[in-house]
Amino acid sequence: MSVVAGIVFWVLAVVAVAAGVAVFRVDSMARATYALAASFVAVGLTMLLLDLQFLGVITVLMMVMEMAVMGIYMIMFMGMNPALMPMSMVHGKGSALAVSIGTFLALAAGALGVPWPTRRGAPAADLVTPLGQAVMEQKMLVMMTVSPVLFATIVAALVLALPRGRYDRLGDDLRGQARR
Amino acid sequence: MTVVQVSAGWVPLAAVLLLAGAAAAAGLDGALAARAQGLPAGRGLVTPVAETARLFRQRRRTTVAADSPLRWVGVAGLLTVALLMAAVVPFGRWTVADLAVGVVWFNAMDVLLWAAVWLAGWGPNSLHPLVGGYRFLAQALCYELPLMFALTAPAVAAGSLRLGDVVAAQSGLWFVVWMPVAFAVFCAAVLAFSVWGPFRAPADATGAGGVLAESSGVDRWLLGTGRYALLAAGAAFGTTVFLGGGQGPVLPAELWLLVKTAVLLAALVVLGRRLPVVRPERLAAPAWLVALPLVLVQLLVVTVVVVVRG
Repeated sequence: MSVVAGIVFWVLAVVAVAAGVAVFRVDSMARATYALAASFVAVGLTMLLLDLQFLGVITVLMMVMEMAVMGIYMIMFMGMNPALMPMSMVHGKGSALAVSIGTFLALAAGALGVPWPTRRGAPAADLVTPLGQAVMEQKMLVMMTVSPVLFATIVAALVLALPRGRYDRLGDDLRGQARR
Repeated sequence: MTVVQVSAGWVPLAAVLLLAGAAAAAGLDGALAARAQGLPAGRGLVTPVAETARLFRQRRRTTVAADSPLRWVGVAGLLTVALLMAAVVPFGRWTVADLAVGVVWFNAMDVLLWAAVWLAGWGPNSLHPLVGGYRFLAQALCYELPLMFALTAPAVAAGSLRLGDVVAAQSGLWFVVWMPVAFAVFCAAVLAFSVWGPFRAPADATGAGGVLAESSGVDRWLLGTGRYALLAAGAAFGTTVFLGGGQGPVLPAELWLLVKTAVLLAALVVLGRRLPVVRPERLAAPAWLVALPLVLVQLLVVTVVVVVRG
């Protein structure tokens, strides 16, 4: 790794971790959401250093879009709208801390303890094509299964969070009489 | 013709070109506005200079309990995104960033606008900008998927996500000729992510200026210039993926790219002025029920042609 790449890696790594920490330290929903987005963008840009251009750029694309939508949902479903006021971003502190430290230690132990295999073969010159073939051939079934499950989860979560929306009360064109 | 990546020292020149495009768009818009008011069009041409002078002298207004860091991200975001979009566009034989995934890069950059415009609306802690920010996200949910599939069509036809290859694949026939629907959807999406023309609802007078309502001085200049720069970057990218990029007879490739970009940019500005504003909630149905299926059919046609041609 060249010196420049090393510097870029460390800057991005520090930004990713610092922004991740900021998610729980800031006092507003919008800041927490976009701190998480910044963390993901730094991770996506780190992938560019591994020559994973497609995955890196698509990570930035997906995560910024997700966080933009998540920001709306968080603010929309926060009842009396504490989202617009300063509030703590953590709850259930004790157990959450125990779970996250335990998870971190398990993952770190795995990363350090596993005997990593040495590389066999060399990466293709153009990584986009093999990635596309992998996704569209061997991994097609996974992709086809994951998308409907994710979509169903989103719809189910919305239905649970909002049992009676304005479309229920006023009809699909929102022109009906308000029913209670 | 292969595209050569130049050193990062040329980035300021690319930025100057983009700003010149933005100034030209603002000048044309000013001239059209002046003519619409019965004034000589020449007086409107100096709009970018006059507005810059006015806004740079204007005192910056701040609001109570504004979320300053997020507001700065939003205010600076538009122009930054426009520069990042323009960075991958090959200027004739030269490019600042020759990415293997140039098309996806452009798409990722326009998604950054979801964050930037909403943050510009959220930051001031004021009603109308916030409404404008939400309007933009509602609009973004309408244009983003059609835009993604519109961008897929040229990439499929070229068999590459690299913009140099996309330009080279148009040596026989410009993509706009056999992908008119994708081109139309792309142009509409450029207007939409630039908050311009029929899609200016997030920054429109109907919302008291929307995301622009509380901005003043340099902030207002950055937001306004950012919108024109986004139009210019969108026009340059559209020229590259649909109008053959720098290809053309006699003239050098750089000049052809500038001429085509200027024509497309002028068309976007003129068209934007002539169309009425679409309310974002009214946009959802036509975008998802008409534009999305149409652009998918376009993509199917392109794919079949590519497969049949081998």
